[in-house]
Amino acid sequence: MSARRIFARPARFAAIAPYLWMALFFLVPFGFVLKISLSQTAVAQPPYLPVFDLTLGAAALKAAAAQLSLDNFRLLISDNLYILSYLRSLIVAAVSTAILLGIGYPIAYGMARLPRHWQSIAMMLVIVPFWTSFLIRIYAWINILQHDGLLNQILLALHLVAAPVVWLSTDSAMYLGIVYSYLPFMILPLYATLARMDPALLEAASDLGASPRSTFWLVTFPLSLPGVGAGALLCFIPIVGEFVIPDLLAGSNAMMIGQTLWLEFFTNKDWPVASAAAVVLLVLLVAPLALYDRLQRRQLEGSS
Amino acid sequence: MARPLNRISPFNVVSLALGLAFLYLPIVILVIYSFNASRLVTVWGGWSLRWYREFLHDRAMLDAAWMSLKVAAVSATSATLLGTLAAVALSRGERFKGRTLFSGMLYAPLVMPEVITGLSLLLLFVAVGAERGFWTVTIAHTTLTMCFVAVVVQSRLAPLDRSLEEAAMDLGCNPVQAFLSVTLPLIFPAIAAGWMLAFTLSLDDVVIASFTTGPGSATLPIRIYSEVRLGVKPEINAICTLVLALIAVVIVVASFASKLTSARGESAAPL
Repeated sequence: MSARRIFARPARFAAIAPYLWMALFFLVPFGFVLKISLSQTAVAQPPYLPVFDLTLGAAALKAAAAQLSLDNFRLLISDNLYILSYLRSLIVAAVSTAILLGIGYPIAYGMARLPRHWQSIAMMLVIVPFWTSFLIRIYAWINILQHDGLLNQILLALHLVAAPVVWLSTDSAMYLGIVYSYLPFMILPLYATLARMDPALLEAASDLGASPRSTFWLVTFPLSLPGVGAGALLCFIPIVGEFVIPDLLAGSNAMMIGQTLWLEFFTNKDWPVASAAAVVLLVLLVAPLALYDRLQRRQLEGSS
Repeated sequence: MARPLNRISPFNVVSLALGLAFLYLPIVILVIYSFNASRLVTVWGGWSLRWYREFLHDRAMLDAAWMSLKVAAVSATSATLLGTLAAVALSRGERFKGRTLFSGMLYAPLVMPEVITGLSLLLLFVAVGAERGFWTVTIAHTTLTMCFVAVVVQSRLAPLDRSLEEAAMDLGCNPVQAFLSVTLPLIFPAIAAGWMLAFTLSLDDVVIASFTTGPGSATLPIRIYSEVRLGVKPEINAICTLVLALIAVVIVVASFASKLTSARGESAAPL
């Protein structure tokens, strides 16, 4: 037996602890979300009716199953608040992802063109903001964007505006905050694919008479599509459920689903509806992931 | 032939410079304002340490900061243990039952919106009747951050030359000894980086902590968050600068650790 095979067996035992942990604290909780989303709201502690108890045996389980209701899901469909929240979340995430791609691509492209030594420094510089606190970075923008903040002071001093402009609690502030926070998530996968690209391909394109511009659109960009996809997913999915940034920077009239869910849970204390909202959100997010996975697999099969 | 297409253009330089300025300017401005003597956040009143002193007398904020540091230290340590084991299983275990589910569970929390993760963990804790506080937040943070550790460690483990381990076993080590004496020292920078990433992520989290904490055990981000919602206070600038300084120290130590090992002939990945 080769050494590699011998090594594989104890390595499998290494999976036991993390496997159990993730099953217990990641998988099982979703079961509870699902279970409570089928329950009814109650004025009690915890604020939902008991659904079913596996320890009571099959008969009790059957009786409980008859009581399960899809009312919470029906409410989600019938209430405009939820539909609008979902729609707004998807739109905000799509627009932000597009902006991130537009800003992140040139930066990643510039990084990939740097000499080797400078590339790792640039990479470090992009990663550092990812390490620094998310909340602090949003707060830094509040400092700048508030009514008598730096931005308005500069604009007034330059006589570009006559009176302070309202920046905070607008959609533009929210987009700015989202783009700012997620930029490293977009740059890193883009940079990874761009840096791996074989320069010989570019040479070949120019030898064959392509202008730099058409080389970019015919060679570089298509080859960087896996990075584009990874970056877009890495940004799109968490932005859909984003809570902190819209809560601090956007106006209060149009809420994203993350905020609606939070409000339903903490303010209205309607746990079953909040759970149902989470289930729907999860389904909405798993769909693009599954699609991406299938596309990638097809690409792999196509190339091999 | 020279490679004209590979040369860096002014456009590349400008987009890089603008990008980095965009990333760093707001943070620099925040740090400068934290030394502002004026009570009005945006009126410059000269340099002062006034808001740092204010923070040192703010009992509630200090308690929250202490709570955050404890949660971050404990959760980062357990996340590093579990995450490293997971990375070893994924890159050395080859095929095992439920491997797809395992890797799926490890990657999902990286992109899952925090509201969902927080909500589901809270429902679990309520269902089993766990008292919410330090331990529930710590468990929640461990779950989230071990996935990051696993990714970081795995990225270091995957390209590692396996013949080193095989050589150790040919020389009479059993697999566990080979791992401990050969592989572990080689991936140590990644493990250290993973711990620090887990630490800073835990120190940063508002959403999951809000769902899983109980009354009286708010973490620093939760307190900062509730203050910021009410309006900007200069004290927050000082607290944020202190957190930034702490994280900067962590990053410097991390890069120093990876430099040390790259000096030993191993090129270290930045993450």
